[in-house]
Amino acid sequence: MSLGTLEEPLRVAVVGAGPAGFYVAEHLLRRADLVVDVDLFDRLPTPYGLVRAGVAPDHQKIKAVTAAFDKVAGHPRFRFFGGVELGKDVSVSDLRSHYHQIVYTTGAQTDRRMDIPGEDLLGSHPATEFVAWYNGHPDYRDCHFDLSQERVAVVGVGNVAVDVARILCRTPEELARTDIADHALEALRLSRVKEVYLLGRRGAAQAAFTNPEIKELGELEAADIVVVPEEVELDPLSREALDKGNDRAGVKKVGILQSYARRAPTGRPRRLTVRFLVSPVAVLDNGAGAVGGIRLVRNRLVASATGAIQAQPTDRFEELPVGLVFRSVGYRGVPLPGVPFDDKWGVVLNEKGRVLDPETKQPLAGEYTAGWIKRGPTGVIGTNKPDAAETVAAMLEDAAAGSTLSPVEADPEAAEHLVRQRRPDYITYADWLRLEDLEIVRGRSRGCPRVKFTRVHEMLAALGNRNRS
Amino acid sequence: MNIASILATKGDKVVTIRAEQSIREALGVLARHNIGALVVVDAGMRPIGILSERDIVRAAAQDEKVFPLLVSQLMTRDLVLGGPGDDLGAVGQTMVQRRIRHLPVVDGGKLVGMVSIGDVVKAQRDQYQGEVDTLQTIVMEGGH
Repeated sequence: MSLGTLEEPLRVAVVGAGPAGFYVAEHLLRRADLVVDVDLFDRLPTPYGLVRAGVAPDHQKIKAVTAAFDKVAGHPRFRFFGGVELGKDVSVSDLRSHYHQIVYTTGAQTDRRMDIPGEDLLGSHPATEFVAWYNGHPDYRDCHFDLSQERVAVVGVGNVAVDVARILCRTPEELARTDIADHALEALRLSRVKEVYLLGRRGAAQAAFTNPEIKELGELEAADIVVVPEEVELDPLSREALDKGNDRAGVKKVGILQSYARRAPTGRPRRLTVRFLVSPVAVLDNGAGAVGGIRLVRNRLVASATGAIQAQPTDRFEELPVGLVFRSVGYRGVPLPGVPFDDKWGVVLNEKGRVLDPETKQPLAGEYTAGWIKRGPTGVIGTNKPDAAETVAAMLEDAAAGSTLSPVEADPEAAEHLVRQRRPDYITYADWLRLEDLEIVRGRSRGCPRVKFTRVHEMLAALGNRNRS
Repeated sequence: MNIASILATKGDKVVTIRAEQSIREALGVLARHNIGALVVVDAGMRPIGILSERDIVRAAAQDEKVFPLLVSQLMTRDLVLGGPGDDLGAVGQTMVQRRIRHLPVVDGGKLVGMVSIGDVVKAQRDQYQGEVDTLQTIVMEGGH
């Protein structure tokens, strides 16, 4: 018996409709030699994962990747089951009895902690919650951030940290032209934030942000950028690494930061200070259980055995008087109910995308993973494409070798029936496209890309009665 | 990208051998796992050396009776160790420069995995491919 024919299509469930999920679907559906059915599940009614809920609202060009996802979704053998959660509405064993293969692409849904005293004081938040809030993720709709504070520390210098700092520095007029969630726009309109600190543990040459991002920080309408000259001087280790690696982008990055260090303040109402070679050692209590400051240790750079440059704390400390702290020191995967997890790396236990049995360390037939929940939170959106290709190659190799799940009901109707039974209000891709049109129409009158629906019941109400019985 | 992102997709097994085991046993382990090198560890799982297929080939070319030799007689003791947080850029450079094919990775003194030069090259290629793809998408689909 061979799977992947018109008589017996290879039936695949993909769990998580972010970039990795779409790339897995794309790699499977574009095979000319195989007939594959892909059902893409997401716990939210809306697809696109972090492209919708993570990428900053003032970076619309990056969000344009969704056009490629919509093309995938247009394939006749693709279906979307939105608003259907693994472990709540359907279980792994439900999927096992309806599909030959299951792929987990749920991303890294939580943030890493700093593990320092005071981290959980009032006013100390994961940056990812702030990001999900301003992007209108329904789960974070009711978060509250005390924007009456004048000084804010953002810990980290990766893309998320830079996004948070930039959004805090933007004017309401600038934000109103984006698709930032309405509730966030209203809260940020009342913001009294004057001073934002971005805190990097290593030096300028090691900062994860890209050159376009750091240039953007120097072109903000309402904020002066401040850089401490000594902190962006190139140390011998970093200079050697840039030279040896012929790293022109790195040299440029340091050059941009050094040019900021020479800038004189122009009296803009806000100030964005980018600091390097500092690590938080404690978030300080203001006496009332809320953030009153952050204590930093100064670092120096050392090279590891492999030549990787690392931060080493010195005995010099300082304190910044901030009232709000956002930590952005990395994401981390969340275990899925019924799926083996590798706690050390915070990913689904896998080898090149094949999910492993935790006892035998051998692949579990028919179960796979891709994206951040497979390799950890690294890379840009496009990095998930080669990652998904590796997983799909393993899937097709196993399917050809006859190693798949043995579903009792390998039938599209049966799967749809199951979903309809568990979540009668599930969202199809056609529903989503209609919802998106409504968002875009709402935005048109305001001159912004879209006005997002940010509550699930609003989304369902907007779609009206979709008779599925 | 760092070493952790490579180890994350390698399961959590690390194939090791002890210094007092024989080359015959080592070859069996290499063949069974289809790999090119073994980390030699002490009783506390601390790496003390590395034994690669090349070490064995080199010895066999001199003397065909390599099978009964001990791992400790052929292993390389001059170890370069990586950490999970090490950048792949630096790691790749060091491996090429010092002609290291396999890098044991330790965390808090304990062996947590091994990366090969092939792993590093593939991860970097995927990273660049991903960046190019993302930029192309922005240029082609964006701009409005």
